[in-house]
Amino acid sequence: MAKMTLDELRALRESKRKDLEKRDVEGKDIQIVVGMGTCGIAAGAKQTFDALVDQVQKNGLEGSVLIRQTGCMGLCYVEPTVEVLVPGMPTVIYGKMTADTAEELVKKHLVGHQLLDNHILDRPAADIMKK
Amino acid sequence: MACKNYILVCGGTGCESSRSDEIYRDLIKEAELQGVKEEVQIVKTGCFGFCERGPIVKVLPSESFYVGVKPEDAKEIIAEQVIKGREVKRLLYKKDQNTADTVKVKDIDFYQKQFRVVLRNCGVINPESIEEYIARDGYKALEKALFEMTPEQIIAEVKASGLRGRGGAGFPTGVKWETASKAPGDVKYVVCNADEGDPGAYMDRSTIEGDPHSILEAMIIAGKAIDAHQGFIYIRAEYPLAIDRLNVAISQAKEMGLMGENILGSGFNFDVELRLGAGAFVCGEETALLRSIEGNRGMPVPKPPFPAIKGLWGKPTVINNVETLANVPVVLTRGAAWFSSIGTDKSKGTKVFALTGKINNSGLIEVPMGTTLREIIFDIGGGIRNGKKFKGVQTGGPSGGIIVEKDLDTPISYESLISLGSMMGSGGMIVMDEDDCMVDVSKFYMAFCVDESCGKCAPCRIGTNQMHAILDKISKGKGEESDLDDLERIGKAMTKASLCMLGGSAANPTMATIRHFRDEYLEHINEHKCRAGKCKDLIVYEINPEKCIGCGLCARRCPVPCITGEKKQPHVIDKSRCLKCGECFKACKFGAVTKR
Repeated sequence: MAKMTLDELRALRESKRKDLEKRDVEGKDIQIVVGMGTCGIAAGAKQTFDALVDQVQKNGLEGSVLIRQTGCMGLCYVEPTVEVLVPGMPTVIYGKMTADTAEELVKKHLVGHQLLDNHILDRPAADIMKK
Repeated sequence: MACKNYILVCGGTGCESSRSDEIYRDLIKEAELQGVKEEVQIVKTGCFGFCERGPIVKVLPSESFYVGVKPEDAKEIIAEQVIKGREVKRLLYKKDQNTADTVKVKDIDFYQKQFRVVLRNCGVINPESIEEYIARDGYKALEKALFEMTPEQIIAEVKASGLRGRGGAGFPTGVKWETASKAPGDVKYVVCNADEGDPGAYMDRSTIEGDPHSILEAMIIAGKAIDAHQGFIYIRAEYPLAIDRLNVAISQAKEMGLMGENILGSGFNFDVELRLGAGAFVCGEETALLRSIEGNRGMPVPKPPFPAIKGLWGKPTVINNVETLANVPVVLTRGAAWFSSIGTDKSKGTKVFALTGKINNSGLIEVPMGTTLREIIFDIGGGIRNGKKFKGVQTGGPSGGIIVEKDLDTPISYESLISLGSMMGSGGMIVMDEDDCMVDVSKFYMAFCVDESCGKCAPCRIGTNQMHAILDKISKGKGEESDLDDLERIGKAMTKASLCMLGGSAANPTMATIRHFRDEYLEHINEHKCRAGKCKDLIVYEINPEKCIGCGLCARRCPVPCITGEKKQPHVIDKSRCLKCGECFKACKFGAVTKR
């Protein structure tokens, strides 16, 4: 992108804000967000990320699922952490999502619309940007 | 098809011990009985970090948060919430009216103790996407600073917010900026101190890894405030991911015209460059850091003159810690009044801590100033691992001190931690339990300071060595009572006479442990005993011949090996060769191996 002016920055912010709110990026409405700070990566987040990509493909969902990375969610004791956003379902954060849980996540949550047992955690704080 | 409701039952150890298992089973049973099995999914979750009010049940998507739930409540939850779509009011969490809450921001009435200002984007946005940062009000503060505010107004706003340096010392950020802005000179610099070196601390690393643009934005704002056009981020080479993400962020910002020449057409220029440190602890000290950026050996110089007057290459320089800078964009977008409504009288805003050690929920946390250590350790942290007894918490790393049980209810602020003989430090928080030996801990921190002392001034160079030698002697059972006086005497001299705060605070951990655990030191000295079993020279492993059945398991595990004995006959440990690794102690199934 070329250098922006003030107005262009404001316009970009508005359009991107809408994207983030809708959580609809590139026409994909399901999002899987993997916590990839050093702590997550040390606990195997890269392998989880790869396994998720693999499982999404195996289940033919690559057209509707976007897998993204983010920084540390703060829950270092249950890394790797994964947030899942599916329309019509509550957004949840899962902890201890090692690569071997990827299949269960895709089949149960994305396909079956059921939450996974024993992995759900709370987002540690309310989002100040939502007020 | 997705379910209408999801009921989350906390399956953390705390809640499980208060019958959350039964609640889970009863909810499933009730859902079936009342014929709504298909409409609701009941799942067990990880710990919600709110164990004191457990068992916790949370219902989605209504976000109903129930505390102190009993199995007999299952029927009502299903009947009301799932069938009628109404909350069960009597079980909903209500904030205790009796707590002396220093936190004033209205919207922290949620059950959570954490409040994320610095970490607002961490774990939310993709750190390698400038668009996502922009979407969440990123570079909005910069817009304001460049087009709507004068440098004086920016400084006034930062001053009014009450923001203080998060590197540990707590110097008011606005005052620092004002000093640099008034200092004469046509070239000025902004430096970000990302040389995080305390053992167990990783707040700055995570902030940069999760939200690199917030640092860049703040540096440009600081540049406008003091009329600087060049910034440096001094970051240790051991943080490769953070460095990568900063590099990505810098190139994105430059490409989009948010950094470099004529930012957003405002006519203001600002550039940021990285400088990688080799990992010397002393380079976290600002004057040493500046010398290192200049290409010289990282050694501190006396202050004053402060860097704000005479810093990098002798020019006025604002040097701020990562966390301090990450607060700045929020101060400008939300305003000083909003920011200063969080926290205590003199310590405004929040503080990020890296909670580690013998704690259940270790992690990166952010709480409003004024939160107590007890809330952090027992609510957010979920208490001590394996049900052990809490012994103390070290704040401020090798420059701080241990804080013990009786002081846990003190609200955290810069002043309160200093009055407890510790300090805020950068935010490492290491929790210790009954298995940690205080002499051993002091020795560890002192060894760290011996390694990291730059050697320029004698009090630090010699003092840390002497104190370490004495601590080592005590840990080997060869100490004398007069050693404690010597430790205190040397410590006082170091605190007073050292050139920088590395030496000036190196004695703190030892002083604090002597103050709170003198009996433990005396036990090492007089009884040659280490109650935590950490000081190897004071431990003796023996086999009780009456309990030993001669299975030989200990002998097979012994790495030396120094355990001998006939089959089915009591075995014996050759103490002269024993390494005290404790393998035999762990291996014995009959409690025949003793440790004393």
